[in-house]
Amino acid sequence: MNAAFLVFFVVGTIAVASSILVVAMRNPVHSALFLLLTFLCVAILFVVKDAEFVAAVQVLVYAGGIMVLFLFVVMLINVRHLPDDRTLSRFWKGGVGVGLAIFLLLATVVRTGTYHDQNPNKKLLRSTASHRVRKVTNPDGSVTRKRVVRHRTVGNSEAVGMALYQDYLVPFEVASLFLLVAMIGAIVIGKRELSAPEEETSPDFILKRMETEKDVKEAMSA
Amino acid sequence: MPEAIPSTEAYLMLSGTLFAVGLIGVIIRRNMITVLMAIELMMNAVNINLVAFSHRFASLEGQVFTIFVITVAAGEAAVGLAIIIQLYRLKSSINVDEASELNG
Repeated sequence: MNAAFLVFFVVGTIAVASSILVVAMRNPVHSALFLLLTFLCVAILFVVKDAEFVAAVQVLVYAGGIMVLFLFVVMLINVRHLPDDRTLSRFWKGGVGVGLAIFLLLATVVRTGTYHDQNPNKKLLRSTASHRVRKVTNPDGSVTRKRVVRHRTVGNSEAVGMALYQDYLVPFEVASLFLLVAMIGAIVIGKRELSAPEEETSPDFILKRMETEKDVKEAMSA
Repeated sequence: MPEAIPSTEAYLMLSGTLFAVGLIGVIIRRNMITVLMAIELMMNAVNINLVAFSHRFASLEGQVFTIFVITVAAGEAAVGLAIIIQLYRLKSSINVDEASELNG
Protein backbone atom coordinates (compact mmCIF):
# COMPACT_ATOMS: atom_id res chain seq x y z
CA MET A 1 0.00 0.00 0.00
CA ASN A 2 1.81 3.06 -1.21
CA ALA A 3 0.74 6.60 -1.93
CA ALA A 4 -0.09 5.98 -5.59
CA PHE A 5 -2.41 3.14 -4.68
CA LEU A 6 -4.13 5.26 -2.05
CA VAL A 7 -4.64 8.05 -4.58
CA PHE A 8 -5.99 5.56 -7.10
CA PHE A 9 -8.39 4.05 -4.59
CA VAL A 10 -9.81 7.34 -3.32
CA VAL A 11 -9.99 9.11 -6.68
CA GLY A 12 -11.31 6.04 -8.47
CA THR A 13 -14.09 5.65 -5.91
CA ILE A 14 -15.06 9.30 -6.32
CA ALA A 15 -15.00 8.95 -10.11
CA VAL A 16 -17.27 5.90 -10.12
CA ALA A 17 -19.68 7.42 -7.57
CA SER A 18 -19.96 10.70 -9.44
CA SER A 19 -20.41 8.92 -12.77
CA ILE A 20 -23.33 6.99 -11.27
CA LEU A 21 -24.76 10.31 -10.06
CA VAL A 22 -24.40 11.76 -13.58
CA VAL A 23 -26.77 9.09 -14.80
CA ALA A 24 -29.05 9.19 -11.77
CA MET A 25 -29.56 12.94 -11.29
CA ARG A 26 -32.87 14.36 -12.42
CA ASN A 27 -31.68 17.90 -13.14
CA PRO A 28 -29.25 18.16 -16.10
CA VAL A 29 -27.30 20.93 -14.34
CA HIS A 30 -26.51 18.57 -11.46
CA SER A 31 -25.57 15.89 -13.98
CA ALA A 32 -23.20 18.31 -15.70
CA LEU A 33 -21.51 19.25 -12.43
CA PHE A 34 -21.00 15.61 -11.46
CA LEU A 35 -19.64 14.97 -14.94
CA LEU A 36 -17.14 17.76 -14.27
CA LEU A 37 -16.10 16.01 -11.05
CA THR A 38 -15.64 12.74 -12.95
CA PHE A 39 -13.44 14.44 -15.56
CA LEU A 40 -11.24 16.00 -12.89
CA CYS A 41 -10.85 12.64 -11.11
CA VAL A 42 -9.89 10.98 -14.39
CA ALA A 43 -7.30 13.73 -14.95
CA ILE A 44 -5.75 12.87 -11.57
CA LEU A 45 -5.66 9.21 -12.60
CA PHE A 46 -3.81 10.23 -15.78
CA VAL A 47 -1.20 12.02 -13.68
CA VAL A 48 -0.70 8.85 -11.62
CA LYS A 49 0.04 7.02 -14.87
CA ASP A 50 2.67 9.58 -15.95
CA ALA A 51 0.51 11.25 -18.62
CA GLU A 52 0.72 14.84 -17.49
CA PHE A 53 0.06 16.42 -20.87
CA VAL A 54 -3.04 14.33 -21.48
CA ALA A 55 -4.25 15.26 -17.99
CA ALA A 56 -3.81 18.94 -18.81
CA VAL A 57 -5.67 18.53 -22.10
CA GLN A 58 -8.39 16.65 -20.25
CA VAL A 59 -8.86 19.53 -17.82
CA LEU A 60 -8.68 22.24 -20.48
CA VAL A 61 -10.79 20.67 -23.21
CA TYR A 62 -13.22 18.50 -21.28
CA ALA A 63 -13.62 20.36 -18.01
CA GLY A 64 -13.13 23.75 -19.61
CA GLY A 65 -14.62 23.61 -23.08
CA ILE A 66 -17.11 20.79 -23.36
CA MET A 67 -18.61 21.32 -19.93
CA VAL A 68 -19.18 25.02 -20.62
CA LEU A 69 -20.88 24.03 -23.87
CA PHE A 70 -23.13 21.61 -21.99
CA LEU A 71 -24.02 24.17 -19.35
CA PHE A 72 -24.77 26.76 -22.06
CA VAL A 73 -27.21 24.43 -23.75
CA VAL A 74 -28.78 23.37 -20.46
CA MET A 75 -29.41 27.00 -19.61
CA LEU A 76 -30.54 27.89 -23.14
CA ILE A 77 -33.17 25.21 -22.93
CA ASN A 78 -35.14 26.13 -19.87
CA VAL A 79 -35.37 22.83 -18.08
CA ARG A 80 -37.90 23.93 -15.52
CA HIS A 81 -40.54 24.36 -18.19
CA LEU A 82 -40.04 20.91 -19.57
CA PRO A 83 -42.58 18.32 -18.59
CA ASP A 84 -40.58 15.84 -16.56
CA ASP A 85 -43.22 13.30 -15.80
CA ARG A 86 -40.81 10.44 -16.26
CA THR A 87 -37.05 10.64 -16.19
CA LEU A 88 -36.35 7.09 -17.22
CA SER A 89 -37.15 5.39 -20.45
CA ARG A 90 -39.84 2.73 -20.29
CA PHE A 91 -37.36 -0.06 -20.91
CA TRP A 92 -34.99 0.99 -18.16
CA LYS A 93 -34.88 -2.50 -16.65
CA GLY A 94 -33.56 -3.89 -19.91
CA GLY A 95 -31.03 -1.06 -20.11
CA VAL A 96 -29.67 -1.78 -16.64
CA GLY A 97 -29.53 -5.46 -17.55
CA VAL A 98 -27.54 -4.76 -20.72
CA GLY A 99 -25.17 -2.48 -18.80
CA LEU A 100 -24.55 -5.07 -16.09
CA ALA A 101 -24.02 -7.76 -18.73
CA ILE A 102 -21.43 -5.59 -20.51
CA PHE A 103 -19.74 -4.91 -17.17
CA LEU A 104 -19.61 -8.62 -16.34
CA LEU A 105 -18.20 -9.35 -19.80
CA LEU A 106 -15.49 -6.67 -19.45
CA ALA A 107 -14.69 -7.78 -15.89
CA THR A 108 -14.32 -11.39 -16.99
CA VAL A 109 -12.01 -10.44 -19.84
CA VAL A 110 -9.94 -8.18 -17.59
CA ARG A 111 -9.68 -10.68 -14.74
CA THR A 112 -8.59 -13.57 -16.94
CA GLY A 113 -5.87 -11.55 -18.68
CA THR A 114 -2.23 -11.61 -17.62
CA TYR A 115 -0.47 -8.27 -17.64
CA HIS A 116 3.10 -8.93 -16.44
CA ASP A 117 3.15 -5.57 -14.75
CA GLN A 118 6.70 -4.53 -14.21
CA ASN A 119 8.39 -1.29 -13.62
CA PRO A 120 8.11 0.23 -17.06
CA ASN A 121 10.93 2.22 -18.47
CA LYS A 122 9.47 5.59 -17.64
CA LYS A 123 12.21 7.35 -19.55
CA LEU A 124 10.59 6.24 -22.80
CA LEU A 125 7.48 8.19 -21.86
CA ARG A 126 9.50 11.37 -21.62
CA SER A 127 12.06 11.12 -24.34
CA THR A 128 12.17 12.18 -27.93
CA ALA A 129 14.04 10.36 -30.64
CA SER A 130 15.83 12.60 -33.08
CA HIS A 131 17.20 11.10 -36.27
CA ARG A 132 20.35 12.55 -37.60
CA VAL A 133 22.53 11.65 -40.52
CA ARG A 134 26.16 11.72 -39.66
CA LYS A 135 29.02 11.43 -42.09
CA VAL A 136 31.53 8.86 -41.01
CA THR A 137 34.97 8.72 -42.53
CA ASN A 138 36.13 5.19 -42.80
CA PRO A 139 39.78 4.26 -42.25
CA ASP A 140 40.26 3.80 -46.01
CA GLY A 141 39.21 7.39 -46.68
CA SER A 142 35.70 6.76 -48.06
CA VAL A 143 32.81 8.65 -46.52
CA THR A 144 29.61 6.82 -45.61
CA ARG A 145 26.41 8.26 -44.24
CA LYS A 146 25.17 6.77 -41.04
CA ARG A 147 21.76 7.30 -39.49
CA VAL A 148 22.01 7.97 -35.80
CA VAL A 149 19.08 7.90 -33.40
CA ARG A 150 19.51 9.96 -30.32
CA HIS A 151 17.16 9.71 -27.36
CA ARG A 152 16.86 12.88 -25.39
CA THR A 153 15.12 13.03 -22.04
CA VAL A 154 12.56 15.83 -21.99
CA GLY A 155 9.26 16.52 -20.31
CA ASN A 156 6.13 14.56 -21.08
CA SER A 157 4.57 17.48 -22.98
CA GLU A 158 7.53 17.82 -25.31
CA ALA A 159 7.66 14.08 -25.88
CA VAL A 160 3.96 13.90 -26.77
CA GLY A 161 4.31 17.00 -28.94
CA MET A 162 7.21 15.53 -30.88
CA ALA A 163 5.32 12.26 -31.37
CA LEU A 164 2.27 14.21 -32.50
CA TYR A 165 4.11 16.40 -34.99
CA GLN A 166 6.58 13.84 -36.31
CA ASP A 167 5.06 10.38 -36.30
CA TYR A 168 1.39 11.36 -36.31
CA LEU A 169 1.42 14.47 -38.48
CA VAL A 170 -1.14 13.23 -41.01
CA PRO A 171 -3.67 12.09 -38.38
CA PHE A 172 -3.14 15.43 -36.68
CA GLU A 173 -4.03 17.30 -39.87
CA VAL A 174 -7.03 15.03 -40.38
CA ALA A 175 -8.14 15.91 -36.85
CA SER A 176 -7.94 19.61 -37.67
CA LEU A 177 -10.03 19.00 -40.79
CA PHE A 178 -12.48 17.06 -38.66
CA LEU A 179 -12.79 20.00 -36.28
CA LEU A 180 -13.44 22.34 -39.21
CA VAL A 181 -16.17 20.06 -40.54
CA ALA A 182 -17.71 19.73 -37.06
CA MET A 183 -17.70 23.51 -36.65
CA ILE A 184 -19.40 24.10 -40.01
CA GLY A 185 -21.89 21.34 -39.28
CA ALA A 186 -22.75 22.75 -35.87
CA ILE A 187 -23.27 26.24 -37.34
CA VAL A 188 -25.43 24.98 -40.21
CA ILE A 189 -27.54 22.75 -37.95
CA GLY A 190 -27.87 25.24 -35.14
CA LYS A 191 -28.61 28.44 -37.04
CA ARG A 192 -32.06 29.92 -36.85
CA GLU A 193 -33.97 30.25 -40.09
CA LEU A 194 -33.78 33.96 -40.95
CA SER A 195 -35.66 33.83 -44.23
CA ALA A 196 -38.93 35.69 -44.50
CA PRO A 197 -42.29 33.94 -44.46
CA GLU A 198 -43.13 32.24 -47.72
CA GLU A 199 -45.89 34.61 -48.81
CA GLU A 200 -43.56 37.60 -48.67
CA THR A 201 -41.19 36.03 -51.17
CA SER A 202 -43.84 35.22 -53.76
CA PRO A 203 -43.66 37.33 -56.97
CA ASP A 204 -47.21 38.61 -56.62
CA PHE A 205 -46.50 40.01 -53.18
CA ILE A 206 -43.35 41.78 -54.38
CA LEU A 207 -45.08 43.27 -57.41
CA LYS A 208 -47.92 44.52 -55.27
CA ARG A 209 -45.54 46.08 -52.79
CA MET A 210 -43.59 47.78 -55.58
CA GLU A 211 -46.80 49.25 -57.02
CA THR A 212 -47.89 50.56 -53.66
CA GLU A 213 -44.46 52.11 -53.18
CA LYS A 214 -44.73 53.75 -56.62
CA ASP A 215 -48.18 55.07 -55.69
CA VAL A 216 -46.86 56.46 -52.45
CA LYS A 217 -43.95 58.16 -54.24
CA GLU A 218 -46.27 59.74 -56.82
CA ALA A 219 -48.56 60.93 -54.09
CA MET A 220 -45.58 62.41 -52.25
CA SER A 221 -44.18 64.23 -55.33
CA ALA A 222 -47.58 65.50 -56.42
CA MET B 1 6.61 -8.16 -7.02
CA PRO B 2 5.66 -5.39 -9.36
CA GLU B 3 6.11 -2.01 -7.84
CA ALA B 4 3.72 -0.44 -10.34
CA ILE B 5 0.73 -0.36 -8.03
CA PRO B 6 -2.02 0.64 -9.05
CA SER B 7 -1.81 -2.09 -11.63
CA THR B 8 -3.02 -2.04 -15.21
CA GLU B 9 -5.73 -4.47 -14.17
CA ALA B 10 -7.13 -2.03 -11.61
CA TYR B 11 -7.25 0.70 -14.24
CA LEU B 12 -9.02 -1.59 -16.68
CA MET B 13 -11.61 -2.53 -14.06
CA LEU B 14 -12.26 1.13 -13.29
CA SER B 15 -12.55 1.90 -16.98
CA GLY B 16 -14.97 -0.99 -17.48
CA THR B 17 -17.12 0.27 -14.61
CA LEU B 18 -17.27 3.79 -16.06
CA PHE B 19 -18.06 2.40 -19.51
CA ALA B 20 -20.92 0.28 -18.16
CA VAL B 21 -22.34 3.22 -16.20
CA GLY B 22 -22.20 5.37 -19.33
CA LEU B 23 -23.90 2.68 -21.39
CA ILE B 24 -26.68 2.36 -18.83
CA GLY B 25 -27.11 6.12 -18.95
CA VAL B 26 -27.34 6.14 -22.76
CA ILE B 27 -30.03 3.47 -22.72
CA ILE B 28 -32.23 4.43 -19.79
CA ARG B 29 -32.29 8.23 -19.80
CA ARG B 30 -34.86 10.16 -21.81
CA ASN B 31 -33.28 13.59 -21.52
CA MET B 32 -31.11 14.00 -24.61
CA ILE B 33 -28.52 16.21 -22.87
CA THR B 34 -27.94 13.54 -20.25
CA VAL B 35 -27.61 10.93 -22.98
CA LEU B 36 -24.85 13.03 -24.57
CA MET B 37 -23.13 13.34 -21.18
CA ALA B 38 -23.24 9.56 -20.79
CA ILE B 39 -21.56 9.20 -24.20
CA GLU B 40 -18.78 11.52 -23.01
CA LEU B 41 -18.44 9.28 -19.95
CA MET B 42 -17.94 6.24 -22.19
CA MET B 43 -15.26 8.03 -24.24
CA ASN B 44 -13.48 8.95 -21.02
CA ALA B 45 -13.48 5.30 -19.97
CA VAL B 46 -11.76 4.41 -23.24
CA ASN B 47 -9.18 7.15 -22.59
CA ILE B 48 -8.35 5.56 -19.22
CA ASN B 49 -7.66 2.27 -21.02
CA LEU B 50 -5.38 3.94 -23.56
CA VAL B 51 -3.36 5.77 -20.92
CA ALA B 52 -3.04 2.66 -18.74
CA PHE B 53 -1.66 0.61 -21.64
CA SER B 54 0.57 3.48 -22.71
CA HIS B 55 2.11 3.31 -19.24
CA ARG B 56 2.34 -0.48 -19.28
CA PHE B 57 4.19 -0.63 -22.60
CA ALA B 58 6.15 2.58 -21.99
CA SER B 59 5.02 3.90 -25.34
CA LEU B 60 3.61 7.28 -26.26
CA GLU B 61 1.11 6.01 -28.82
CA GLY B 62 -1.63 5.59 -26.25
CA GLN B 63 -1.36 9.19 -25.12
CA VAL B 64 -1.40 10.49 -28.69
CA PHE B 65 -4.54 8.46 -29.40
CA THR B 66 -6.11 9.80 -26.23
CA ILE B 67 -5.67 13.31 -27.60
CA PHE B 68 -7.37 12.27 -30.84
CA VAL B 69 -10.26 10.75 -28.87
CA ILE B 70 -10.64 14.02 -26.95
CA THR B 71 -10.73 15.89 -30.28
CA VAL B 72 -13.47 13.63 -31.58
CA ALA B 73 -15.40 14.03 -28.32
CA ALA B 74 -15.26 17.82 -28.65
CA GLY B 75 -16.57 17.76 -32.21
CA GLU B 76 -19.25 15.26 -31.32
CA ALA B 77 -20.42 17.39 -28.39
CA ALA B 78 -20.65 20.50 -30.58
CA VAL B 79 -22.69 18.81 -33.31
CA GLY B 80 -24.83 16.89 -30.82
CA LEU B 81 -25.71 20.01 -28.86
CA ALA B 82 -26.59 21.84 -32.10
CA ILE B 83 -28.94 18.98 -32.96
CA ILE B 84 -30.46 19.16 -29.47
CA ILE B 85 -31.13 22.90 -29.83
CA GLN B 86 -32.73 22.41 -33.23
CA LEU B 87 -34.87 19.57 -31.86
CA TYR B 88 -35.96 21.79 -29.00
CA ARG B 89 -36.99 24.52 -31.47
CA LEU B 90 -38.94 22.00 -33.50
CA LYS B 91 -40.68 20.11 -30.72
CA SER B 92 -40.28 22.19 -27.54
CA SER B 93 -38.93 19.06 -25.93
CA ILE B 94 -35.58 17.30 -25.66
CA ASN B 95 -37.08 13.94 -24.97
CA VAL B 96 -35.43 11.14 -26.90
CA ASP B 97 -38.76 9.38 -27.42
CA GLU B 98 -40.23 12.43 -29.14
CA ALA B 99 -37.76 12.28 -32.00
CA SER B 100 -39.11 9.22 -33.77
CA GLU B 101 -39.89 10.49 -37.28
CA LEU B 102 -37.15 8.37 -38.80
CA ASN B 103 -38.77 5.33 -37.26
CA GLY B 104 -39.31 2.89 -40.12
